[in-house]
Amino acid sequence: MGKTIIEKIIQAHTRDEARAGRIVWMNLDIRSARDFGGPNVVKHYEREYGDSPLADRTKIFFTFDLCAPACLLRYADNQQACRDFALKHGIKVYDVDQGIGTHVLMEEGLAQPNSTVVGTDSHMNILGAVGSFGQGMGDVDIAFAFRTGRTWFEVPETVNVVIKGALKKPVSAKDLTLFLVRELGTKRLALKAAEFYGDAVAGLSLAGRLTLCSMITEMAGIIGFIPEHNNAAGKEIENFAGAPFSPFAADKDASYAETIELNIQGLPPQVAVPPSPTNVRPVAELRGVRINSGFIGSCTNGRTEDVAAAARILKGRKVKAGVMLKVVPATRRVYQELLAKGILQDLFESGAIIVNPGCGGCAEGHVGLTGKGEVQISTGNRNFAGKQGKGETYLASPAVVAASCVAGQIASPEDL
Amino acid sequence: MKKRTHRGRIWVLLDRNGKLIEDIDTDQIYHNAFLHITEVSEMGKHALGNLEGWKDFAGKAAPGDILVAGRNFGAGSSRQQAVDCFIALKIGAILTPSFASIYFRNAVNSGLPVLKSARIEHLVAGSKLESGDEVDVDFLSGRALNVSKGVSFEVEPMGVVQREIFEAGNLFAFGRSLDRRD
Repeated sequence: MGKTIIEKIIQAHTRDEARAGRIVWMNLDIRSARDFGGPNVVKHYEREYGDSPLADRTKIFFTFDLCAPACLLRYADNQQACRDFALKHGIKVYDVDQGIGTHVLMEEGLAQPNSTVVGTDSHMNILGAVGSFGQGMGDVDIAFAFRTGRTWFEVPETVNVVIKGALKKPVSAKDLTLFLVRELGTKRLALKAAEFYGDAVAGLSLAGRLTLCSMITEMAGIIGFIPEHNNAAGKEIENFAGAPFSPFAADKDASYAETIELNIQGLPPQVAVPPSPTNVRPVAELRGVRINSGFIGSCTNGRTEDVAAAARILKGRKVKAGVMLKVVPATRRVYQELLAKGILQDLFESGAIIVNPGCGGCAEGHVGLTGKGEVQISTGNRNFAGKQGKGETYLASPAVVAASCVAGQIASPEDL
Repeated sequence: MKKRTHRGRIWVLLDRNGKLIEDIDTDQIYHNAFLHITEVSEMGKHALGNLEGWKDFAGKAAPGDILVAGRNFGAGSSRQQAVDCFIALKIGAILTPSFASIYFRNAVNSGLPVLKSARIEHLVAGSKLESGDEVDVDFLSGRALNVSKGVSFEVEPMGVVQREIFEAGNLFAFGRSLDRRD
């Protein structure tokens, strides 16, 4: 019987038979840890392995992206503990200036198609966008992987998701993604991989592919792949990877848990209402909800194209008085592109607050937190109760967040 | 070798309406404000610290207690602290219909018994599993008994890798046992 994409990638990394439902010992190509989780990895490593060498230190990295640069003493201490460990063992640190670890690993050509990449980030599976099996893991797994270069893994079943219809601008990859989160919830893809087919997903840019793949976690899935790609996305991935983009394709006779068909024809912009990313409604139903702040960034929507989509709406307009709009580019490379294209100038003149690259919004120690009673609209991926603070967070596309910040209330770009 | 059976008092994570809480995410289990902590012993007091109605859990829980929760327990982030906070409190086991994938791995790797049971929702809805009940679980056979109510039910027995890691203590100890086997 044939294999799905995830079965093929895992098969290329194990001596065991990689078949859905089996537990295999899987070789890990790239292993990483962030400023959250990283210090715990260091502590485990030193306690368990002392001065023993890492398994191939050239494939191990720290990526500091959460509290960057450290704005709390405890994170400054934790980051330095990782730097000291890195220096001692001769491993590379992508430090607080570099941006979101998953994006940096992609830009640096470390997340190669068909490779396995793990780190202390639950959105590591975003790397499905470039055909890589990324997987978030806890600090015990990562410390073990630093030492051994492998871990155990249950090969997941795959769901075949076929999307019919086309996306019509200004409806974006985020709207499509939020629609999928609504339709698939946390049950349909739970503990499974997904392969997404159809013209709408095949036509996505790399930024759009990243947006979709980033929210598989919110659907409780293991990872999502988009086997077909357009020329521009393929070229961008090749530029980063430094090699022709030839991701594994599923075999014709591969076995799927289920095939799900969805039609997105006429899909309007979508918004996820707190306190769940699955609580998604068309923007029209939320028009008029007053907001205090906006956030543009995160691993889900922090690419140049995302920020540019917001800037197109903000150019020549002003963020409504009393509304804070925070913009966090995903990486230093993105920041540089935004500078070169004059986009940061447009954002600045609209009244946006421009922050250095990083995650933002997902944890204490970075921008994007809310106070009690505050209502935020964000391009991020999570809006669980209390996560970003005591306020409420709505999730939307960069265009909807930008339009909402101009209007001072949830709005669609067409409303302006 | 660790004991294959465990008896403990259960805490059934219900919401205000008496419904089993599903999709409990790691920020509700262990909030991101405490991710700087690397000492397991300091993590216990933050367990369920952001879960509405259960913020006082750390003060109520006793060693050996068993947690019962709704499906997709541990959704969200990859933080090991969301497992380690229960280890710090010496929680004996967690029973749910399903776990989020990373959370399940993390618990297995830390040697915390996490067991799935499709029966839980039904039992809770029928008041056959209530906070305070004493429950006996056999991790290997999957036989479970609510001693307080005389109701027996099945959980999925630990899988091979889960059992081996549990018996070794954690993933590190298991890894050393593999080295010896090789």
